[in-house]
Amino acid sequence: MKLKYNTVEELVEAASSSHKKISEIVLEQQAGDMESTIEEVYATMESSFDVMRQSVISGLDETLRSPSGLSGGSAAKLKKAVDEGKNHYGHLLGNAISMALAVTEFNSCMGKIVAAPTAGSCGVIPAALISVMDEYDLPKRDIVMSLFTASAIGMVIAKCASIAGAEGGCQAEVGSASAMAAAALTEIFDGTPQMVSDSCAIALKNTMGLVCDPVAGLVEVPCIKRNAMGVANAFTASELACAGIKSVIPADEVILAMRQVGQLMSTSLKETAEGGLAATPTGCRLCRQIFGPEACSGE
Amino acid sequence: MNVFDIVGPVMIGPSSSHTAGAARIGKTAALLLGEPVAKADILFHGSFAKTYKGHGTDKAIVGGILKYDPWDPGIRTSLETAQIQGICVNIHTGTIENAHPNTALVTLTGSGGATISVQGASIGGGNIIITKINDMEVYFTGQNTTLIVMHQDVPGIIAQVTNLVAAGNANICNFRLNRQEKGGIAIMTIEMDSDVDPSLVSEIRLLPHVYNTILLKLG
Repeated sequence: MKLKYNTVEELVEAASSSHKKISEIVLEQQAGDMESTIEEVYATMESSFDVMRQSVISGLDETLRSPSGLSGGSAAKLKKAVDEGKNHYGHLLGNAISMALAVTEFNSCMGKIVAAPTAGSCGVIPAALISVMDEYDLPKRDIVMSLFTASAIGMVIAKCASIAGAEGGCQAEVGSASAMAAAALTEIFDGTPQMVSDSCAIALKNTMGLVCDPVAGLVEVPCIKRNAMGVANAFTASELACAGIKSVIPADEVILAMRQVGQLMSTSLKETAEGGLAATPTGCRLCRQIFGPEACSGE
Repeated sequence: MNVFDIVGPVMIGPSSSHTAGAARIGKTAALLLGEPVAKADILFHGSFAKTYKGHGTDKAIVGGILKYDPWDPGIRTSLETAQIQGICVNIHTGTIENAHPNTALVTLTGSGGATISVQGASIGGGNIIITKINDMEVYFTGQNTTLIVMHQDVPGIIAQVTNLVAAGNANICNFRLNRQEKGGIAIMTIEMDSDVDPSLVSEIRLLPHVYNTILLKLG
């Protein structure tokens, strides 16, 4: 069965009927589509994963500061609390959140990252996968393979809705990243293809309506902390799905609803820095501080 | 679309549209120039004009002009590198009629005196569309292996070029021809499904009425 990436249901059916994981089918078919071998396509994904791992390490530098001065150093702060056992919600969650901050702060500082699916949402997937890999000492191959499942979900969302904040708001960026991460985690923990689909649906439902309102138009405030939320949301969704809890609304309907919500959303809330947090008094003040007195379009 | 359009590109932050896409527009212009860059004139339009400093769009596009890919850390210090290499860089902001919000117009002068102007839009996720070359409308993304052939508009030239492509065993997935006027200068953009032997470029360059040919594959 040739995957078209038009629905999540298609992925579930293809995997269930062939008794394979979604990632295995996606890798096989992508190699064919790219006129490449399975080993070569896997190796490219593995090298992207290695960049993700390095961006976590680099982003934990406490001296990092972005050119605007708006961000840097918070990942290191949380990591310190986790290492000293002073955080309150467990080692895995604390670590995961600090990794999400690390990657997105490193991105703000012109660091090398993997857009997943975008640069603004680049922290969610690495944080979810690497924190779990480290916590449970999982084999790298399982983690890299899960990125094919995450990508397949991302392709369906990109085709049927959007992964761009300018088109669909933050629900399309951090929301999509969170749904992709949830799907990957569910496969890593041996969830069935249907559970993968349910975790994607749940994650996307929880972020529905989230607007894209970056202060001064920069990928910093609130993007960095929203990435931290994205990984926590991915854990929640995967935890629910792996326990056999279904999404009442199927993933494909959730994706179409997300598209519709994106269309209904005012353009002032879609990466124009004219509404939401960008238009708050503090947001406008920071914008003028960075780009000059005429710069703020939010007021 | 493939998996690496979703988990990818690997890039220098902070914004796939304002950084990675800008680097790709710059690199495309440098490749089209075909000789070392001596002078670069960059016009930012729309959101690029408003926020280029905060996003490092200037560093990214100059990095591209230095032929860096979007993931090259050299992007961070590209303005200094350009200065060291003696490249004169001018950055302006302004309005380009009917252009996408993230548009840049890059005009390059080479050390041998060649010039080229390339207008490109960064449409999200690091993807770009080149919309004009030397004020002539074109349309290509660089996602596929793309041949760009600048030539005189004469009968039979398309057949001669595509015969060479066929002999190189490449399947054309998109073909477009734009010309200023009948018999004038024209640009063929030929997108292909797979990589081709770079020798194809030199073979096409040898054809009569062909001014320049480049093979473009943006990482």
